Amino acid sequence: MHPVLRLLLRRAGMSALVLIGVSVLIFVIARVIPGDPARIALGPNATVEQVANLRDALHLDQPVWRQYGHFIADLARGDLGVSLYTNRPVTTDIAQFLPATLELVFAAAILMIGLGLPLGILSARYRGGIIDNSIRVVALLGVSAPSFVWAVILMLLFAFFLPIFPIAGRLSTDFLIEPVTGFLLVDTLLAGNPAAFGNAVSHIALPAFALALSGIGQAARLTRANMVETYDRPYIEMARSYGFPERRIAGRFAFRPSLIPSLTILGLDFAAMLGNAFLVEAIFAWPGLSRYGVAVILRKDLNAIIGTVLIISATFLIANLIVDLLIAWLNPRIRHGRGTGG
Amino acid sequence: MKRALAIIRSSVLSMIGVALVLLVVLSAIFAGVVAPFPDHRGAVVDFTNFNQPPHWPNIMGTDLVGRDLFSRILYAYRTSLVLAVVVLVLAMPTGVIVGLVAGYFDGFRRHALMRLTDVFLSIPPLVLAMSIMGVLEPTLLNGMMAVTVMWWPWYARLVYNITLAEREEGYVLAAEVIGASSLHVMFREILPNCIPAVLTKMALDIGFVILIASSLSFLGLGVQPPTPDLGSMVAEGANYLPDSWWLTVFPGLAILVAVFGFNLLGDALRDILGSDQ
Repeated sequence: MHPVLRLLLRRAGMSALVLIGVSVLIFVIARVIPGDPARIALGPNATVEQVANLRDALHLDQPVWRQYGHFIADLARGDLGVSLYTNRPVTTDIAQFLPATLELVFAAAILMIGLGLPLGILSARYRGGIIDNSIRVVALLGVSAPSFVWAVILMLLFAFFLPIFPIAGRLSTDFLIEPVTGFLLVDTLLAGNPAAFGNAVSHIALPAFALALSGIGQAARLTRANMVETYDRPYIEMARSYGFPERRIAGRFAFRPSLIPSLTILGLDFAAMLGNAFLVEAIFAWPGLSRYGVAVILRKDLNAIIGTVLIISATFLIANLIVDLLIAWLNPRIRHGRGTGG
Repeated sequence: MKRALAIIRSSVLSMIGVALVLLVVLSAIFAGVVAPFPDHRGAVVDFTNFNQPPHWPNIMGTDLVGRDLFSRILYAYRTSLVLAVVVLVLAMPTGVIVGLVAGYFDGFRRHALMRLTDVFLSIPPLVLAMSIMGVLEPTLLNGMMAVTVMWWPWYARLVYNITLAEREEGYVLAAEVIGASSLHVMFREILPNCIPAVLTKMALDIGFVILIASSLSFLGLGVQPPTPDLGSMVAEGANYLPDSWWLTVFPGLAILVAVFGFNLLGDALRDILGSDQ
C-alpha cells in the first residue's frame, strides 16, 4: 500500500475515534443540565402531562448510557432529533445555516494563507529591517484583538466612514439566486451572473477579513519564526555559495521546509475560525450558524446544541485530515515511504 | 535577571509591552481611585446624561443609561485580569499533571490521557466554552470554569512533548537506577525542566484568555450586567453603530491595548527564557 494512503487510513480511523469521544463528551455535558430540558422547552404554561410526554419522547427518564444508545442509533440514520427551538429536524436547520458559515470560514482561510505566508516570508527574508519590524507589529496587532473588535473597526472604517463595502448580509435583495451548493460565491457563478458574483464578493470581503486577521497574524509570525531557523542551516549557506538568487533561496530552500510545522498550526487556526465565525456573524448580520447556535444554547435546546457541536467538530477533523495529507505530500520522507514521519 | 532587563531594555517593542501591561494592571488595581465615577461600575442610571459622545468629564462618553464609559472600562479590566489569573492558575497544574503522567508512563495511561486531550482539542475552543456555558448559568465563576476546561489540554500537550523527550535523558535513567519512585522522577526531576516552557506559555496565554473570555461575554454567555465587562460592552453598543460609535470603539480598543501589551511582554519573556515552544 502506498505510504500516504496508509497514513490517510490511520488518521481517518483516529479521527473517527476522536469524533466518538466528542459525541460522548458533548452528550454528557448536555445531560448534566440543571433543570428539566422538557420543561424549559415547553415553557411554564405547559401541563404536567405534556412535560411527561416530551420527557418520554426524548428518553429523558432512562439512564444516561441508554439515552446515548438511542442518540447513536438515531445518528446512524442521519437523524439528530428535532430542535425544541425551531420545531424542525436539527439536520434541516444545520443544512440551512452551515453553508453560509463555511463559505465565510473558507474565504477567511484563503486570506490567511494568501496573505499570512507571503508576509512571513518577506519578514524572514528582510530580518531585522524596517519591513520585518512593521510586519511583526501588524501581525501581533492582528492576534491581539478578538475578531468581533476587528469586525466593528472594519465596519466603521470601510462601510460607514468610507462607504466602499455593504454593511450587512450576504447578497443584495436585487439578485435572486437559485441555491445549488449554498455557497453564494459558487452559486452566482453557476447561475452565470457576474454582477451577482461581484455583489457577493463585496458582501463577504469585510467579514472574511475581520475573521482572517488573527489567522494572518499567526501565519506570518509562525512562518517567520520557522524560516529564520531554517536560514541558519548550512545548506542555505551552500545554496548562497552556489550563487542561487536570494529570491529562489527564500521561496524554495528556506520556505518549503518551514511550511511543514506552520501547516499543523494553521489547521488549529482553522478550528479557531470555526468558533470565531460566531462573533463576526453577529456583527455583520451574516445568516450563518451563529445566531442559531447562540439561540439554542441560551434556550438549552439539547438536540440542537449536540448537533451543532458535532457538525462543527466533524468539519474541523476533516480539515485537519486534509492538512495531515498535505504535510505528508510535502514531506519527501513520508511521500517516498522512508522514515516513520508523522 | 540582569540579562532579562538587558533584553527588555534593548527592544522598543518589549518596553511598550511592559508599559501597556503596567497601565492595564495598575488601572485594574486602582480603579477605585482613578475612575472619575466609581459608583458607575454598578447598576446606576442617569437619564439626564445618557448616550453622550466623549466630552468633559465623561472623556469616553456615556452608555445607554448614562454611566461613564471610562470608569466602567477601568473596572472591566479588573474583571478580565481576575478571570485570566484564576483560569491559568487552575488550568496550568491540571494540564501539567496530565502531561507528566501521560509522558512518563507507557501504555494504557498514556493512550487514555492523550486521546482524552485530543477530544478536548478537537472541539473549536470557543464552541466548547459556549456549550459549557449553555449548560451552566452565565456567571463570572462559571465563565472561568468554562474557559479552564478548554485551556488545560494545551498545557497537557506541551508538558507531554517535553516529558517524552526528557525521560530518555541520562539524568532520568540515573534517578531510576538508584531506585527513585516514579513520583520523584516526574515531579522532582522532569518537572523542573518543563517550567521555563510552561511559564512562557502562561505569559503568552494571559492575553488570549482575556480575548476568549471577552468573546464569551460578547455572545452573552459570560459575565452578566451590571458587572462591567469589555465583551458585553461591545455587544451592547454594536446595535447602535455607527451613530454611537464610542459605545463599541472604546471597549474594543481597551481589549486590543490589554492583549497587545500582554502579547508583547510574552514575546519578550520567550526570548529571555530562551524557549521556542
